[in-house]
Amino acid sequence: MRERRGAPGRCVLAVAVIALACGRTRRQPETTSKGGASLPQVSAGELRSAEALAQIENRADRSRALFAEASRVFLHPRCVNCHPDGDTPHQGMDLSVHDPPVVRGPDDKGVVGVQCSSCHQDHNLELARVPGAPEWHLAPRAMAWVGKSPHAICEQMKDPARNRGRTLAQIVEHNAHDRLVAWGWNPGHGREPAPGTQEQLGQLIAAWVESGAECPIEGATP
Amino acid sequence: MITLKVNGEVRELDVDPEMPLLWALRDVLGLTGTKYGCGQAQCGACTVHLDGEVVRSCVTPVRRAAGREVTTIEGLSPDGSHPLQRAWCDLAVPQCGFCQAGQIMTSAALLASNPKPGDADIERCLAGNICRCGTYTRIRAAVKKAAQISEEGR
Repeated sequence: MRERRGAPGRCVLAVAVIALACGRTRRQPETTSKGGASLPQVSAGELRSAEALAQIENRADRSRALFAEASRVFLHPRCVNCHPDGDTPHQGMDLSVHDPPVVRGPDDKGVVGVQCSSCHQDHNLELARVPGAPEWHLAPRAMAWVGKSPHAICEQMKDPARNRGRTLAQIVEHNAHDRLVAWGWNPGHGREPAPGTQEQLGQLIAAWVESGAECPIEGATP
Repeated sequence: MITLKVNGEVRELDVDPEMPLLWALRDVLGLTGTKYGCGQAQCGACTVHLDGEVVRSCVTPVRRAAGREVTTIEGLSPDGSHPLQRAWCDLAVPQCGFCQAGQIMTSAALLASNPKPGDADIERCLAGNICRCGTYTRIRAAVKKAAQISEEGR
């Protein structure tokens, strides 16, 4: 899958974390939590740390805010492009249809003739501009993120029927250490990486689990 | 030193492990039937089999083939008698011919897994093999004819 376009980042500012915690949306950026404490402003390429969100006193609000912050990674094109709600992956910052028009196949690794591994290697190819990482493949259809809300992604991620039977501890481990997930921050060839770092994402998800794994209110967006 | 099997013959290559497999096949082993097209895994002209699976050799580091079996168009049959090669000749599929080795190798992988592919199977499988001459209709017909030849030969 190649990134050919130089379109501006689709990544949005993480300005509504507290609105998510409170279940409200369409608010101006806030940096003050319910308890009156200030949260740090971050750029589009950064994540608020789990430590920064720890100041939200209400446990459920804190949990929702932690997942909302993490969802800025999940909804970034580097991640969502391979979580399509269909049979073809996306590419680029504008979620273009994958070129060539491959399909997911029975095991989410393509079909004979155009398997993911027909082209994608275990590392990025800078000269050919073909992205790569170990075990390159699509997320199963049940894990589609394209067009989904943080609430929907959260419910999906917690549901063993849709997360390949993973426990919350395994979800933390997957986000923190999976090598294909790690590609999101090492996308190669000038592609915009996902916000923050994988280590930060792992910490956010770990803190989310520790705080009760609450999901953002439906309709709330990061 | 990288040891691999190419068209049934064990070969030892003293090359950079990151060298594209296509370079090793064409420039080191002299197997020029596999073509260099785009160099970006976008056209399929460089398609070969790695343990029976389709790979674009222009982006596949030769280290990935270590200890494995590579099949190129030269190794598809000893005398050009593979059903696909016969069907290709019978229907005069190629125009300029540059992409055809890749088209045939991808089709061979398809027939190996699906002896009687339909139009949709063929289109999905060959989605990554481009023909600038536009011989797609003849390619599709030839794949079906090869399937028929194979069936009759059983």
